[in-house]
Amino acid sequence: MGFTPAELDALRLSFAVAARSVLLALPFATWIAWLLVRGRFRGRFVLDAFVHLPLVLPPVVVGYLLLVLFGRRGVIGGWLYDSFGIRLAFTTAGAALATAVMSFPLMVRAMRLSLEAVDRGLEDAARTLGAGPVDRFFSITLPLMLPGILAGAVTAFAASLGEFGAVITFVSNIPGETRTLPLALYTAIQTPGGDAAAARIAALSIVLGFSGLALSEWLARRLRRALGHA
Amino acid sequence: MIHVDVALRRGAFQLDARFEAPEAGVVALFGRSGCGKTTLVNIIGGLLRPDRGRIAIGDEVLLDTAAGRCVPAEGRGIGYVFQDARLFPHLTVAANMRYGLARARGRSQAIGFDELVTLLALEPLLERRPWSLSGGERQRVALARALLAQPRLLLLDEPLASLDAARREEVLPYLEALRLRLRLPMIYVSHAFDEVLRLATHLVVLDAGRVAAAGPLSDASLDPALTSIVGPTAVGAVLDGHVLARDPDTGLTRVRVAREGELRVHTASARAGERLRVQVLARDVILSDRPPEGLSVRNALRGRIVTIDPLPDDVRRALIDLDGARVVAHITRDAVAALSLRPGAEVWALVKAVSLRSHAFPAE
Repeated sequence: MGFTPAELDALRLSFAVAARSVLLALPFATWIAWLLVRGRFRGRFVLDAFVHLPLVLPPVVVGYLLLVLFGRRGVIGGWLYDSFGIRLAFTTAGAALATAVMSFPLMVRAMRLSLEAVDRGLEDAARTLGAGPVDRFFSITLPLMLPGILAGAVTAFAASLGEFGAVITFVSNIPGETRTLPLALYTAIQTPGGDAAAARIAALSIVLGFSGLALSEWLARRLRRALGHA
Repeated sequence: MIHVDVALRRGAFQLDARFEAPEAGVVALFGRSGCGKTTLVNIIGGLLRPDRGRIAIGDEVLLDTAAGRCVPAEGRGIGYVFQDARLFPHLTVAANMRYGLARARGRSQAIGFDELVTLLALEPLLERRPWSLSGGERQRVALARALLAQPRLLLLDEPLASLDAARREEVLPYLEALRLRLRLPMIYVSHAFDEVLRLATHLVVLDAGRVAAAGPLSDASLDPALTSIVGPTAVGAVLDGHVLARDPDTGLTRVRVAREGELRVHTASARAGERLRVQVLARDVILSDRPPEGLSVRNALRGRIVTIDPLPDDVRRALIDLDGARVVAHITRDAVAALSLRPGAEVWALVKAVSLRSHAFPAE
């Protein structure tokens, strides 16, 4: 079962997009999870709902909104291009942004659960040992959140590999630039005589999905042991 | 001096506590469960902000709500040993200990890592993870971690409460050793009076959010407020004395407890000159209006009645001055009448040597 160079390209691109998307989303997701768990402000519910929006909206809508906001003539997209020469629409970076937005709620959800499980008493103990707020966050809270951060990252990575609707709407289906595995599969199905290619890509996606889940489970187990919940 | 004067209301609970204690020795903060002890130490440690109050150690004001001053917990230099140890689960024992050490910037080092490892017997535990430790081991590590942050005051919130009797003995001797090694004031929260007896030099009794009694242990242990909290069977005078001599044939140790007063205590061992703390339970003291004869009792000390106060159920509480040392006796109203006991009357206080509880209590 040999893969064509175009298919391998799609695989490589999928990984590149997913990796960038996770790296982009991680700090924001941590911050939002922190706000949602520890924040005491009005409008927390609104923020919560807003973060979860991509879970309930049709992906095409998200892609469309991204196009409106981050397109060349979009409010943010125009500014990014004029100020820094950064173009998001129809680029790999744009694909990463679209998958990051789509997988964001999954990431925040996992982090939130782990942050809620962090014993505030340990942070109090750190205070009495002389640790200030930032010090406490990085030396105690963040390490204790690590299982959730990791679970969130792995889940988001897997979801990013498979994101279709938002990607094709925002950055189209450009070979070597934005054609990730699901888009390649879609193209194969649309192409006469592409059945074999479609089957190969589908099989590859299943293998990737399984590996992702297995890796996530293995990491979580190792971390739990390291954190003393063995 | 450690100066504390704070008030806090939480729903129906009202804390309004004020006390002063010396900046040396062990101050026991004693009271029933739910009387506000933990709330009070949390306020002192800076983990909880009171509605109103002032806290100062020596010249340094840590909290003064009237002046709008509140030093955050991380800036107070007050160590805290929690009831549940609260070791960091993602760090080894050694890394837990170094956590405080690394953040003790600028404070002169009163005790070092190696010395604490020796003093608290932590060597075999250093590379272990907190979850693999026993309760007693955890508290020893928590103690070392708190001390390595080089605090100027150490708060201990019932560090033995979650341990069974055997595990307590894994920690108590170390606390006694630390009391002697460090010239560090400690506030020790407890609802177990035997722990107070083992460690404290000063006592603050908290009852329903208020300070019911406070002072040096020998004085405060006589306070009537303690009777209702400790219970009539466990209350009594605490006398710090020194060993004059021990007769190896009889096992009786003579202890000087006041200028002239002398008690005979039955002890397993004692060296002359050693400091000994003796508890004379109020229900074990017999009063006589004349020198006793033909009794097996080994202690008959002459003294004068200071006060007689009523207790529930027709019991009377007599405070007796034995030439500087004071003891209390719980006697019936009937006995008071039969012997015509009244303040100022001369009496002999009788205590069996075997009724006296004693333990070594070296001075700092």
